[in-house]
Amino acid sequence: MNIDNRTHRNPLFVPFAQDRWGNSLLLLLLVASVAVAVCNLVVPEGSPLHVPTYVVTLVGKYLAFALLALSVDLIWGYAGILSLGHGAFFALGGYAMGMYLMRQIGDRGVYGNPELPDFMVFLNWQELPWYWYGFDQFWFAALMVLLAPGLLAYVFGWLAFRSRVTGVYLSIITQALTYALLLAFFRNEMGFGGNNGLTDFKDILGFSLQDDGTRVTLFVLSAFALALGYIICRWVTRSKFGRVLVAVRDAENRTRFVGYRVESYKLAVFVLSACIAGIAGALYVPQVGIINPGEFSPLNSIELVIWVAVGGRGTLYGAVVGALLVNYLKTWFTGAFPEVWLFFLGALFVLATMFLPKGIVGILQRKWSKN
Amino acid sequence: MSALDGLRSAFQRDRVWEFLAPEREVLVEGRNNLILYVEDVTVSFDGFKALNALNLYIDRGELRCIIGANGAGKSTMMDVITGKTRPDQGLVYFGQNINLLKLSEPEIASCGVGRKFQKPTVFEFHTVFHNLELAMRGNKRVLPTLFASLNSAQQDRIQDVLEIIGLSELRDAMAGSLSHGQKQWLEIGVLLIQDPQLLLVDEPVAGMTPQETERTAELLTSLAGERSVVVVEHDMEFIRSIAKTVTVLHQGSVLAEGSMNQIQENPQVREVYLGGD
Repeated sequence: MNIDNRTHRNPLFVPFAQDRWGNSLLLLLLVASVAVAVCNLVVPEGSPLHVPTYVVTLVGKYLAFALLALSVDLIWGYAGILSLGHGAFFALGGYAMGMYLMRQIGDRGVYGNPELPDFMVFLNWQELPWYWYGFDQFWFAALMVLLAPGLLAYVFGWLAFRSRVTGVYLSIITQALTYALLLAFFRNEMGFGGNNGLTDFKDILGFSLQDDGTRVTLFVLSAFALALGYIICRWVTRSKFGRVLVAVRDAENRTRFVGYRVESYKLAVFVLSACIAGIAGALYVPQVGIINPGEFSPLNSIELVIWVAVGGRGTLYGAVVGALLVNYLKTWFTGAFPEVWLFFLGALFVLATMFLPKGIVGILQRKWSKN
Repeated sequence: MSALDGLRSAFQRDRVWEFLAPEREVLVEGRNNLILYVEDVTVSFDGFKALNALNLYIDRGELRCIIGANGAGKSTMMDVITGKTRPDQGLVYFGQNINLLKLSEPEIASCGVGRKFQKPTVFEFHTVFHNLELAMRGNKRVLPTLFASLNSAQQDRIQDVLEIIGLSELRDAMAGSLSHGQKQWLEIGVLLIQDPQLLLVDEPVAGMTPQETERTAELLTSLAGERSVVVVEHDMEFIRSIAKTVTVLHQGSVLAEGSMNQIQENPQVREVYLGGD
């Protein structure tokens, strides 16, 4: 293992050269997006190679989850911040996108009111609340997808990290954060659709959400976002900044005495991670067609930590593998044996922690290096 | 009545309010060669005085050993100097005019105080090389770090330090895989590469083999001169081998100060610390 001189000169160059697994993942995403697009749109129905649209959407949803898992691995695997409330940032991104999609419905709602979404008409509201202004513009919604989770993460992180809240205590308050948001978004007075959330979307940027073409585009965009997210996270974790994060994870006090402001580093990576989670949420909502307060439930956030643990923490691609695998299992289990899914999930977490400290990816790597 | 008195004293015009007063200039008579100036420092935890009006003056280039029984206040003193603990009263100045009590830990580290912990603390999941890279002087804010890369002068500097601490051949080994002694040296290297003017070293030879202890003694002696080194240690043999001046702490304040021989002759010290030997 010799450290290449080149690597110190051009940090942007390193990742591609030394990340076989990650490169395979990126290649796979590229192939999948082309293949799925062709097999759904070009190959005629009835042919064995045809990929039905519901599969496209299902896998698209998995990809959004994989991006979410990536954001958790970035803070947990590298900076050692175990957030058990990351679902909150995902849901906020989702709500921002959902609000845009609601405004796109226009007068095609059940009540046919061109000014107000259905649920507001139902609640006898006379005018649009101020915080819905701007969401009829896509660029504004897209900005909010980043800004809403990012800002919440900034304020929360600034308070938590500055007070040096770490470990279990931090995990607990992140749970409290997402739970508080869950309760808030359940309330009708909040103006986010209460219990039912936002749904009944018609189209996005003028394209019908029911069209196969739109669905495939959303799938390809999810794959693209995941690939881009992966490349960004890889660049960040392999920069000196990333090495500082690992240093913070392993010896926080030492890092402080070496002269780094640990709080700033944690805050920066926490905000970045929240923004990525928000983008994942924004990709998820148009594909599943609904966003409701259930997305804030603490259970969701715990589940996504399990994805990362099962896949392999601190590798980035492990998070992607874990998210895809566990979600596939979930789809299968909740269809075949709906009652046992949560037991299975719990068992999976316990087993992964006991026998696979480095996750599935850890075993694969060991096998690979033996051969 | 007392409230009125308090009010009166607050509005007395013959002295200014504390926050308006100019910074007190610290000049110690006849000793302007000081690197560290600790005066009248008291720290109490729930009434227990970990440090009790402690005075300590370290000269530039000095190698000072500090001994004391458990609970004598050695680690608390380190905590105060490096900004981890704030004292209830007292002054801590670095050089002539840097008030350490106003700075945070990273700021204190950046202005040239390096600290080695009692338990060797290195970044286990980084290579020896990267441990030193992270510690190197430079802009340690978030964005510059994100885009940082090493120039050849910096690489040479890392190489130099690797040679001083004798770990050149292990530059690409994970720090977690080093032996206890090697980790201690790496941590000293991590301090050195920050070019500190003052090194605080907490129990450097705990758990070392005699050969490792000997090498550490050489290393620390070679570092003093250019920099000031403060060593806290229990191992009397080790102290005898490196020390010129020894300070004995007892119950949070200085009991005696002088050469190793003077210290050993001192009846008070014999009583409280060396008595058993």
